[in-house]
Amino acid sequence: MAELEAGTATAPRRSRPLSPHLQTYRLTLTMLMSIVHRITGSALYFGMLLLAWWLIAAAAGPNAYANFEWFVGSWIGRLVLFGYTWALLHHMLGGIRHLIWDTLHGLEPADREMLTLATVIGSVALTLVVWVIGYLAMGGPR
Amino acid sequence: MVEITLPKNSRITEGKTWPRTSHATHLTEFQIYRWNPDDGANPHIDTYYVDRDDCGPMVLDALIWIKNNVDPTLTFRRSCREGVCGSCAMNIDGTNTLACTKAMDDAKAPLKINPLPHQPVIKDLVPDLKNFYAQYASIEPWLHTVTPAPEKEWTQSHEDRTKLDGMYECILCACCSTSCPSYWWNSDRYLGPAALLQANRWVQDSRDESTGERLDNLEDPFRLYRCHTIMNCSKACPKGLNPAKEIATLKKAMVERQV
Repeated sequence: MAELEAGTATAPRRSRPLSPHLQTYRLTLTMLMSIVHRITGSALYFGMLLLAWWLIAAAAGPNAYANFEWFVGSWIGRLVLFGYTWALLHHMLGGIRHLIWDTLHGLEPADREMLTLATVIGSVALTLVVWVIGYLAMGGPR
Repeated sequence: MVEITLPKNSRITEGKTWPRTSHATHLTEFQIYRWNPDDGANPHIDTYYVDRDDCGPMVLDALIWIKNNVDPTLTFRRSCREGVCGSCAMNIDGTNTLACTKAMDDAKAPLKINPLPHQPVIKDLVPDLKNFYAQYASIEPWLHTVTPAPEKEWTQSHEDRTKLDGMYECILCACCSTSCPSYWWNSDRYLGPAALLQANRWVQDSRDESTGERLDNLEDPFRLYRCHTIMNCSKACPKGLNPAKEIATLKKAMVERQV
């Protein structure tokens, strides 16, 4: 053993390479949704800025509020708001999924795929429902 | 930390295409990760053609066929060739599994073969699993008792014994741990699915008398709680076990002892 170690020590070898990981691993749905959960979670931080702006503008007076209204009424504002709605709902459903898993339910192969797919479909569907209700309450798109 | 790209010495370059054996009609293409510690070059992907009329059905059969007939320098671990030793764990067609139990026809051709992900490579398909084994040792995988040893053996009811089903079958092949992105980014501090499944195997054992200490040892933001239920482990396990569920069981045990 000592000779073996001495033998390898005399011939310095190149540092070992790291085997490929993200580059080769086949993406799975649960893996993708874990990434999306993280991204939507970070996006919600920025969404909070939007929420804070709304509240501050409402407290600051009509001029400030008009500025806010102009922004969320513009197409880019609506797009951001739509994305925020989806991120919020997706992150919420993801949280519920993790809560179910924490109770040791839905961890079997078919169940975990079904639950994960449900958060994707559910978040898109709920986002559309929220926006349809929103527009109906406003009396149609303006 | 999350890493998107590979370090400079690990970037994969184009390799060589080895000649087909003559007269073969039924060929399957293999693209195999190669790295030789002695030649100073970066890892590369070599292409081989396996004569299916002269070769068994499994990926391991093909690797042995290549070593015997095309390229004797191709290096990989193998032993039992029937899914009980765990030596031939590797990344096949994008998923970690055992080469000996994976049929060539169950994967998309060309078959892409890589070493277990995010591990230091010793040569070709042989990764250095020192850290993996050290983590297994750290959970002290043996019976802890304080009561005096019985005259014969430590007995266990049939019911208590069934609690170990789904865990005692683990062969420590490392398919699960090296499939886990959390393990890729934090294997210095996160124990990974295999070691945690084994930890739960001892936590659930009715004969073990240090359940509290075992859980104390796991009460750590990284060691246990870096599991984000990504589920790659359970999807990769070639023995059909469910490490994600065993980790969830540990997390639940952590909460239950506090309330």
